[in-house]
Amino acid sequence: MTFDEEYYNIGYLDRLSYQDTFVHNLDPRVKLITTMLFLFAVVSFPKYEIVALFPFFLFPVLLLTIGEIPLLFILKKVALVSPFAVFIGIFNPLLDPVQVTVLPGLTLSAGWFSFCSILLKFLLTVSTALLLIATTSFPGVCHALRQIGVPSLFVSQLLFLYRYLFVLAEESMRIIRARDMRSYGRRGTGVKVFVRIVGMLFLRTIERAERVYYAMLSRGFQGDMPALRNFRITAADLAFTASVMGCLYLFRFYPVSEKLGLFAQGLF
Amino acid sequence: MSHHIIDFKNVFFHYPDGTEALRDISFRITHGESVGIIGANGSGKSTLLLHMNGCLMPSSGTVNIGDLYLTKKTRQEIRRSVGVIFQNPDDQLFMPTVYDDVAFCPRNLGLDEDAVRQRVHDALSLVNGLELQDKPPHHLSGGQKSSVAIASVMAVEPDILAMDEPAANLDPKSRRLLINMLKTFHHSKIIASHDLDLILDVCRRCIVIKDGTVVADGPSTEILSNRALLEENNLELPLSLQRS
Repeated sequence: MTFDEEYYNIGYLDRLSYQDTFVHNLDPRVKLITTMLFLFAVVSFPKYEIVALFPFFLFPVLLLTIGEIPLLFILKKVALVSPFAVFIGIFNPLLDPVQVTVLPGLTLSAGWFSFCSILLKFLLTVSTALLLIATTSFPGVCHALRQIGVPSLFVSQLLFLYRYLFVLAEESMRIIRARDMRSYGRRGTGVKVFVRIVGMLFLRTIERAERVYYAMLSRGFQGDMPALRNFRITAADLAFTASVMGCLYLFRFYPVSEKLGLFAQGLF
Repeated sequence: MSHHIIDFKNVFFHYPDGTEALRDISFRITHGESVGIIGANGSGKSTLLLHMNGCLMPSSGTVNIGDLYLTKKTRQEIRRSVGVIFQNPDDQLFMPTVYDDVAFCPRNLGLDEDAVRQRVHDALSLVNGLELQDKPPHHLSGGQKSSVAIASVMAVEPDILAMDEPAANLDPKSRRLLINMLKTFHHSKIIASHDLDLILDVCRRCIVIKDGTVVADGPSTEILSNRALLEENNLELPLSLQRS
């Protein structure tokens, strides 16, 4: 994939957040808090836990279907960051060789369980975080953070990160285009040019930062970002929070998968 | 009631690397005047505009805005009355959505949320940009960004408007809308631009800057028809005057 295509791909995530569904219309704070609780619940499981994690897929799946987010898009993004999780866990089967019997005749080292557990937790947390952004928009999440009391300094850093990510990407795109146009197919023309391009980009960024700061000062910035828009909590928000919290509690402290399995066994 | 006077007296400015950007600039702009600032690339136009609200402080000389003498203490106050619109709208629009960006100034003034909403609404309708309000700036076209940048400054109803190349990214229709809007703005305005037709249209008076100093100051019609002066400054006659 070329750089250009990659760039337009970034913008897609917040185009998704323009939609008008039940999930999109929930108060950003509510979504943020429930997502945080969800993340805590998932990572709080002990390291060999696998079965009890499955019920948690309900939450991202619901967000995905009700929010009408394309599944493939989220999976692709998750796959993109998966190497991190894989490398964290890949040596567990070797480092943790205690043999555990799974089925009669099949024994595996305990490391495989912790590895699978890491992968499941990764899948759950990353997809949910992506869904939060895709249904709330990045600025929405920032507003919510500000309103639940995160210091303005951190939130404004995030806001600037988001705003200038695109400007920087566009700037790199222009430089790379200009280079390709004049390098006549001699791909990249080596590390030397690349290093100088990066240096160039860095200098331009500093200059831009200065101009942005002037623009902020000109418009009355005095070290504190102004308070952001107020949202209103509706009955739907409360109902959503209550049901998510209830489910999380249930999934965390009762062996739901086991009970379901026993129930299913009882049926046949 | 302060009168919106801008008074530069023997202003010098050099950048930390030693580049002399302004050399002995003096001029006085009175209430309600519209002034074009023209000159070659690198003649000091943008630096001059950054002095209007204290983003840069003169190395020597004085700047007076209204009744206030520009110092580090007074510049916050001065910034309330001087709206500066930067050349590159990506520098100007730093908030994640158009609404938040236009609301940045009014919120900094401590207005309540209803008043802010009203200001944003008024400012965006002034530039025909109401439907853009929930978009992030990176999804806007160059011209839309320029309009929003103007709205973001108009939202505090400044007494003095200083603009750096306001029409650079605009298509002819948006440029015409901008010109009409500028004509309805009755406070003092200062426009630095290479678009001499725009200056001829909007500004009564024109200041020519060369190497950081004023080389000509007079009525636009006179200066912009002076072919020798313009060509000396890497400029040429406005298109509307070339035909005759």
